Amino acid sequence: MRLNDLLEQKKAAIIKEWFNLIVNSYPSDTAYFLKKQKDHFANPVGTTILHSLKPLFDEILNGMDHKAIVSYLDPMIRIRAVQVMFSPSQAVAFIFSLKKAVRSNLKKRENQDDHIINELIIFESKIDEVGLMAFDIFMKCREQVYKLKANGERNRVFRAFQRAGLVYEIPDGKRPGVMNVLKSSNTAVAPLDDRVD
Amino acid sequence: MINPNSKERALELGHKPPKTDWMDTPTVYKEGIYCYAAKPARLEYVSLPNPRDWSCTAEDWQLPENWKEIILEGMKERLEKYRTFKIFMDICVRCGACADKCHFFIGTGDPKNMPVLRAELIRSVYRGEFTTAGKILGRIGGGRKLTLDVLKEWWYYLFQCTECRRCSVFCPYGIDTAEITIIGRELLNLIGLNIDWIAAPVAFCYRTGNHMGIQPHAYVDMLDFFTDEIENVTGVRCQQTFNKKGADILFITPSGDVFGDPGTYTCMGYMIVIHYLREVYGLDITWSTYASEGGNFGLFTSHEMMKRLNAKMYAEAKRLGVKWILGGECGHMWRVINQYMDTMNGPADFLEEPVNPITGTKFENAKTTKMVHITEFLSDLIIHGKLNLDPNRNDRLKNTFHDSCNPARAMGILEEPRYVIKSVCNNFYEMPRNTIREQTFCCGCGSGLNAGEDMELRLAGGMPRGNAVQYVHNKHGVNNLICMCAIDRAVLPACMGYWAPEVDVSGINELVANALILPGEKEKTVNLRDEPIWPKDVEPDEFYKRPSFPGR
Repeated sequence: MRLNDLLEQKKAAIIKEWFNLIVNSYPSDTAYFLKKQKDHFANPVGTTILHSLKPLFDEILNGMDHKAIVSYLDPMIRIRAVQVMFSPSQAVAFIFSLKKAVRSNLKKRENQDDHIINELIIFESKIDEVGLMAFDIFMKCREQVYKLKANGERNRVFRAFQRAGLVYEIPDGKRPGVMNVLKSSNTAVAPLDDRVD
Repeated sequence: MINPNSKERALELGHKPPKTDWMDTPTVYKEGIYCYAAKPARLEYVSLPNPRDWSCTAEDWQLPENWKEIILEGMKERLEKYRTFKIFMDICVRCGACADKCHFFIGTGDPKNMPVLRAELIRSVYRGEFTTAGKILGRIGGGRKLTLDVLKEWWYYLFQCTECRRCSVFCPYGIDTAEITIIGRELLNLIGLNIDWIAAPVAFCYRTGNHMGIQPHAYVDMLDFFTDEIENVTGVRCQQTFNKKGADILFITPSGDVFGDPGTYTCMGYMIVIHYLREVYGLDITWSTYASEGGNFGLFTSHEMMKRLNAKMYAEAKRLGVKWILGGECGHMWRVINQYMDTMNGPADFLEEPVNPITGTKFENAKTTKMVHITEFLSDLIIHGKLNLDPNRNDRLKNTFHDSCNPARAMGILEEPRYVIKSVCNNFYEMPRNTIREQTFCCGCGSGLNAGEDMELRLAGGMPRGNAVQYVHNKHGVNNLICMCAIDRAVLPACMGYWAPEVDVSGINELVANALILPGEKEKTVNLRDEPIWPKDVEPDEFYKRPSFPGR
C-alpha cells in the first residue's frame, strides 16, 4: 500500500493526535479547556486549531497549494504570535509535531517498508516546507504588531500637531481623516522563491 | 528504518508548559504584557505614597521597608470596611464556572488569568494571613504568606484584568471578581505600585480636568476645529457653548473623543446633536472645559481617588447652575455614576431630577445621580419623533454593535443603544448571542490597560471580540463595529486591524449625526469621514432615485 493511502486511511487518528500534541503545548488547565469547549465563540483558540488541521493535512497530503496552506495556517499562527508564553520557534513548532503524529500511527511493519520510508521522507520534507511558510506568517504577524504600536503613536502625534496648528498638510481636495495604516496589514505571504504561484 | 519511539529534534523545540502547581510556578514578566511603572510626578501631584523612578522588571522595586505591614494592614482595614470584599474572600467554592469566561484567559492561554485563579492570588494570602484555619493548615488549606514574589505576581496579574465583569455574570454566588481586582490594585497603590497609563490620567484629570491634560483654551480650539470640519460636510456651523452659566444641561464626555480618531467623529456627532436641539427646540446644552472628562481612572486606583475625581463633575454642574447632567458614550464613567456616585458624593440635591424638556419624560433611574446617558436621551427623543432622521445616509455601513462592558454589565443599558442604532441605519447585524449584551467580550484594554507597551496583551485579550466580529463580517459583510465607550473607540481599530481587518470602528452618535437632517443643511453627499454616503457598489444617481430617500 502507498503511504498516501495509508495516511488517508488513518487521517482521523493522525489529526486527533496532532491536535492533542498542539493543545498540550499549553499549561494543563488551558489544554483541558481548549479540548473540552466546542463552541467557537467561547473557545476561539481551540476551535480554530481544530478546524484548521484537517484541511491543512489534506493540503499537505495532496495539493500543497500555497495560498490554501497560508489560509489555514494564518488563523493559528496569528493567535500564537501574540501568545507571549511561546518563543518564536515554539509558536511555529506545532507544524513539525505532525511528523510524530504520522509516525506513531504507522505500524511497525509499515515503518520498515523501504517504499513507505522513501515516501515518508518526501512527506516530511513537505512538512518542513509548511514550517517555513509558518515562519513567514509568524514574521508578518509580528511586524503587524509593531506597526500597530508605531502607527498608533505616529497618528496621535501628527493629529495633535495638526490641531495645535503646528503643521499644515498639503490639501488634496480631501480633508485629512484617520490615516488608515491599520488596514494595509492583512497577512499576505509572498510565495517561496522556488514556487510559482 | 524509522523508529517511531525515537526522540525527534523538532519536538524538542516545542513549548513545554510547567508541570508545577500554580503556587510553585514562578511569575515571569513578559514584554508586551506588562505596562510601564508610574512616574513619580504623577503620584506626588495627587499625594499618593512612595513616588520614585522604578521599573517592574528591576529586581529592586524600592518599596518602603514595612511594605508587608502596610499591605496587610490595608487588607485588614478593607475586609472590615467593604463587606463585599470579605464575602468574596470567604465564599468561593472554586466551582470553575468563571474559569473560561475571561477574554484574557481565552486569548493568552495563561491559567493565572482564569478569574478564579486571579482572585485566588489574593484569597490565598487572605487565608494564610487572616484565617485561623489558613494559618494552621497553610498550604493544605490553600493559604500562603505574603512575600515579595507574591507581590510581584499580584502586580503582573492584577494588571491583566480589565475589570469587565464578564466572569461575574457566570458566578453562581455572585462574586464580582472585578471588585477583587479593584481592591487588589488599591492595596498596591498603598506602596506606590501603579502603572503610568493609569497614574498619568489621574494626575492630569485632577490638575487640568481631563485625562489628556488638554488645557481649557486647547479644548475649545479642538472643538472649533471640529466646527469647521462639520461645516465642510453639512454647510451648517454647529457652534458650541462652554462653561455657560444658567444653561439647561451640562454635557460631559470622555476627553478621548476630543483627542483621538475615530472618537473625534463621535465628538462631532455630539456637537451636531447639541446644535440641532438648540436650533429646533431651544434646548441649551453647554460643555465644560474644567470638568472636561467623563472617564474616571480613580476607579482603577482607589475608592478615595475615584471619589475625588467624580466630585469635580458635580462641583462644575453646581457652579454653572444647570438642571442636570447629560453623559456621553463612555464606559467606566457609567459604572462610577451608576454604582458608586450616590454613596460617594451623592445625592446631588442641588440639581433637578432629570426631565427631558422636549418630551416631558422623567428619567426615574437617574433620580439621585442626576446624570442621563445620551442613548437614553436620544431613544426618548426618537420614540417621540423629535429627531428628523434619514437612515439611508448610513447605507454605506453594515453595522454590528459591541456592547461596551460597563454600560452593559454595570448599568444594564442594552436596548437603548440598539434602538438608536436601528433608527439611524438600515443595516444592522448582531454578533453571536454569547458575545453580546451581558455576555459581551471586553475590548481587552479597559481599566487603564490601553497603553502602547502591552500590545500583545491587548491583542490576545481582544481576540474573542475580534473573532465574533470576523464571523459577522464573513456572514453578513459587516464593515463597521459600533461601540459606546471611548476606550473602545481608541483601541478597537488596532484590535480589528489585527483580527478583522475589513472592519472600521465608530460610536453611536457619529451615525446619529450622519442621519440627522439639520435645518439649513446643504445637499449631503459625504459623511463625517468625508466618504460618499452611498454604498460602494451603488451609483450615486441610483441611490438618490430611491423613493425612501428624503434627504434631497
